[in-house]
Amino acid sequence: MKNLKKTTKQDFITYLAVILAFIAITVMGDAGMLSRSFKGQLVPICCYIVMAVSLNLTVGILGELSLGHAGFMSVGAFSGIIAAMSLQAAIPSPVLRLVIALVVGAAFAGVAGALIGIPVLRLRGDYLAIVTLAFGEIIKELINCLIVGVDSKGLHIIFNVSGAKTVNDLHMLEGGRAIIKGAQGATGTETIASFTAGFVLIMISLVIILNLVRSRSGRAIMALRDNRIAAESVGINVTKYKMMAFVTSAALAGAAGALYGLNYSNLLATKFNFNTSILVLVFVVLGGLGNIRGSIIAAAILTVLPEMLRSFADYRMLVYAIVLILVMLGTNNAQLKGLLAKIIPTKLRKEAK
Amino acid sequence: MEFLSYLISGISLGSVYAIIALGYTMVYGIAKMLNFAHGDVIMVGGYISLTAMLSMNLPPIVAVLLAMVVCTVLGVIIEGLAYKPLRSAPSLAVLITAIGVSYFLQNSALLVWGANPKSYTPVIEGAMKIFDGKLSISYISLLTMASCIVIMIVLTLFINKTQLGKAMRACSEDKGAAMLMGINVNRTISVTFAIGSALAAIAGVLLCSSYTSLMPTTGSMPGIKAFTAAVFGGIGSIPGAFLGGILLGIIESMAKAYISTQLANSIVFAVLILTLLIRPAGLLGKYVPEKV
Repeated sequence: MKNLKKTTKQDFITYLAVILAFIAITVMGDAGMLSRSFKGQLVPICCYIVMAVSLNLTVGILGELSLGHAGFMSVGAFSGIIAAMSLQAAIPSPVLRLVIALVVGAAFAGVAGALIGIPVLRLRGDYLAIVTLAFGEIIKELINCLIVGVDSKGLHIIFNVSGAKTVNDLHMLEGGRAIIKGAQGATGTETIASFTAGFVLIMISLVIILNLVRSRSGRAIMALRDNRIAAESVGINVTKYKMMAFVTSAALAGAAGALYGLNYSNLLATKFNFNTSILVLVFVVLGGLGNIRGSIIAAAILTVLPEMLRSFADYRMLVYAIVLILVMLGTNNAQLKGLLAKIIPTKLRKEAK
Repeated sequence: MEFLSYLISGISLGSVYAIIALGYTMVYGIAKMLNFAHGDVIMVGGYISLTAMLSMNLPPIVAVLLAMVVCTVLGVIIEGLAYKPLRSAPSLAVLITAIGVSYFLQNSALLVWGANPKSYTPVIEGAMKIFDGKLSISYISLLTMASCIVIMIVLTLFINKTQLGKAMRACSEDKGAAMLMGINVNRTISVTFAIGSALAAIAGVLLCSSYTSLMPTTGSMPGIKAFTAAVFGGIGSIPGAFLGGILLGIIESMAKAYISTQLANSIVFAVLILTLLIRPAGLLGKYVPEKV
């Protein structure tokens, strides 16, 4: 172990922590120590962790603010659902179908990321942010118009622009079934997502992102974040590396979306709106920009927190908002930081570092 | 005639967007921050005016003034408590704080006024009929358009002719230099928030009068659209916000009428994306090339 680089060691600690957390939760689940509502949260927690880690690649590592990450999740979710449901007859094994759905979700979201990235990455700062927001909303409305069904002849897809079409317009053969019903979303989906799949997805995303960050390409991406002009002048291809980070991030979000979609029997396209993008962004910022481990912890805690605050009932979202503001003030205001430094002894802080 | 009626409803909707976008753009121009809570101040303005009219039986004009006062105070308090301590923090931290404030306002409204949509009594009712009754324009649309123009003129005069307006322009250009010239930057930013919030209250009353329904999330979508309008026109530019707002309203109304109701928002956003690709700083924004 001594020969390993410091960063490699850090990465192994991250992997180990995730594996231990998975084992601990599985053991506790088998022993019946977990509540039902917490068990129901496990798959969404995994999805949000992957979302946060992948958004951190765009916002923290590449340094571009994206407000439309839920759009990629949505593309992944619905393409994954279509893949899983249409292969229901052909492939009986749910595990294999789940894997195919995740791959399909990632592929479609990756393509969407590439298509959106080409125009978007030419813009900068707040303009880039608003355009990603706009794309997120466009994806939401387009999927809201989608009607998809499957029968023995294959997939039937119509695009409900007028708002007047229904499943009957698919003209399916007998025995055909609708997968996505326009504004009603995906209904009757077979829920094949599992916590184990979520864990595997988290591990895969971590391996992809941590290896990317530590590689030559990763250093190029971070150089673009720190000083674009200097990076360009030493011959770093701006478009190539920006696209690399953006598309990877979109594809991982797509896989997370597919897992999320296959965890619920009913799913609306409006679920993946601006608020979901913001929610994930909050995980990333609170966890620390560019800090992958921080994203995992923040996503897990902040997904569980509203559930734990359930005893406050109506006040829980209010408490959440206040906590959010106070954390931002506490970590970014110089005076408050100084005050905290006086309260918490120096030794403790050094150890924490 | 149909076209004309869609055009008028578009301009009326656009006027509301323009009034909200003015608040966005002024705050952005000076504080360089995206105030995501702006949309929720609109909602608060709507609720205050509704409560004043229904529970306290105040005449509409007093209700509007009351909403403006409450929103102005609210805007200054938000700025002082949440944004002022973060003046030198990275912009993402301020953005997340603004989102926190937005959640806070929405959930406070949920607790105070409940989750169910409330029906809003328009401040004026009735419609004007012209061309032998073929075209009817509601008084509220006329009021909205008139308010937008008046606000625009007053604001332009204020920014260009008064000392405070000069201070605002100086702060938006260079905060450090403005401070050296003896301008109280913090006070100027507070005043900007106060004006933006008062405008949000007016927008809230006009918006709710046109759509006659009000709930805690009412402000978020118009807020996002107005933000889009501000960027469309060139964020930081006051005529840009006006132009962007009106154009966005017309595009939305036309898209709803002639293309698809379901995809109206998508069309609005697609136009924004195309515009930004051709003019990266918006219609009237100044493009500042980077210097090494």
